[in-house]
Amino acid sequence: MGLNFEFMQKYLPWYLDAAVLTIRIAFFGILFSLLVGAVCSMVQYYKVPVFRRIVSIYIEISRNTPLLVQLFFLYFGLPKIGVVWSAEVCAIVGLTFLGGSYMAESIRSGLESVEKSQIESAASLGMSKALTMKEVIFPQALAVSVPGICANVIFLIKETSVVSGIALADLMYVTKDLIGLYYETDEALLMLVVFYLIILLPVSVLATLLERRLRYAGFGN
Amino acid sequence: MQDSGINVFFMGKNFLRLLEGLGVTLRISLIAVLLSLPLGILFGMFMTWKNPLAKAISRFYLEFIRIMPQLVLLFIAYFGVTRALGWNLSADVSAVIVFTLWGTAEMGDLVRGALISIPKHQYDSAAALGMNKAQTFGYVVVPQTLRRLIPLTINLTTRMIKTTSLVVLIGMTEVLKVGKQIIDANRFEYPTAALWVYGMIFLLYFLACWPISMLARKLEKRWR
Repeated sequence: MGLNFEFMQKYLPWYLDAAVLTIRIAFFGILFSLLVGAVCSMVQYYKVPVFRRIVSIYIEISRNTPLLVQLFFLYFGLPKIGVVWSAEVCAIVGLTFLGGSYMAESIRSGLESVEKSQIESAASLGMSKALTMKEVIFPQALAVSVPGICANVIFLIKETSVVSGIALADLMYVTKDLIGLYYETDEALLMLVVFYLIILLPVSVLATLLERRLRYAGFGN
Repeated sequence: MQDSGINVFFMGKNFLRLLEGLGVTLRISLIAVLLSLPLGILFGMFMTWKNPLAKAISRFYLEFIRIMPQLVLLFIAYFGVTRALGWNLSADVSAVIVFTLWGTAEMGDLVRGALISIPKHQYDSAAALGMNKAQTFGYVVVPQTLRRLIPLTINLTTRMIKTTSLVVLIGMTEVLKVGKQIIDANRFEYPTAALWVYGMIFLLYFLACWPISMLARKLEKRWR
């Protein structure tokens, strides 16, 4: 099967625009997910009353529903009670809603991996709670959390592929459009795969390097 | 105005239709999980082979399936295979194929992880007791691997259910599509139907996945 290179060249800018959109949504979604995750994991780690319950309910809801359904609710459902957001805002909010719980779980598992004796030792040295978090818990927790966080980052980038469901012109949307318009299926799909590889492979390699780096910086195991 | 919206479920068979729509995706995930289990176990054992060619093949398969969004795989199966090989795959057949390929990769990796997590001294001890290979496998390896595997496999099932919601994007009539039909049909009588219908679908997915996640967590705690 010969590939139509002229076609691919002609529609390359479409894919570039779409890739920029995918990256933009993923970037903000991941950034806010990390913030939400950090806050939620702190609430759970310090067992803040009431908020702790709310956080665990949020985590259950977010982890047990698909992103596409969350997006449909945000984009088509919420305007009926006057909450009208653009598709892109919906996508970022949805990704944050989903990613926040995944990040929270990864960060929490890191925090909980730090032995109680270390916290007690810090207390006996007269360190404040904030200082203990900053100097003792956080650096050690980081090494344990990073592999999970990296996996979540890749997962969330992949999840952005569903935003085409709420009519955002991402890579999936452009591909479907081109298949529908010109029936150049092989070319459109090839470009789709290549673009996702261009986005995801470096992230995946970077994640592996980071994990390795942090493991060496760890505690000699 | 808002209590009128909820009544959309009691019009005709609307609620039943939604449940049937959910049944479509649940059926696909169930078939894919059932196919992925044996295939994934085989694939996991294949991945523990020392042969470099076997390693390269299994690694490539796993990495490719893992790095591609599932929706891309669906598009390749649904639009690409039809065109390239001339097979006319229906949406549900392509969905089952894609989710089985994906499930096999994920399941295989879980099986591999469980197999290599058994320390070598266990094999040595079994040999010292005079157990043959089949006995070692049956009495030592399998029981320990299963304990690790079962909770993870149950989790994979919930991931499968959540991911099969994507099939609406290759044009299958499942719960989201049925929901849209209901909303469109009742646009004038129940203008707020979208909120209720998508809210209900959200709840239905939660009710489908949450008990399964709880079960996995319970088993994981008990068998640790």
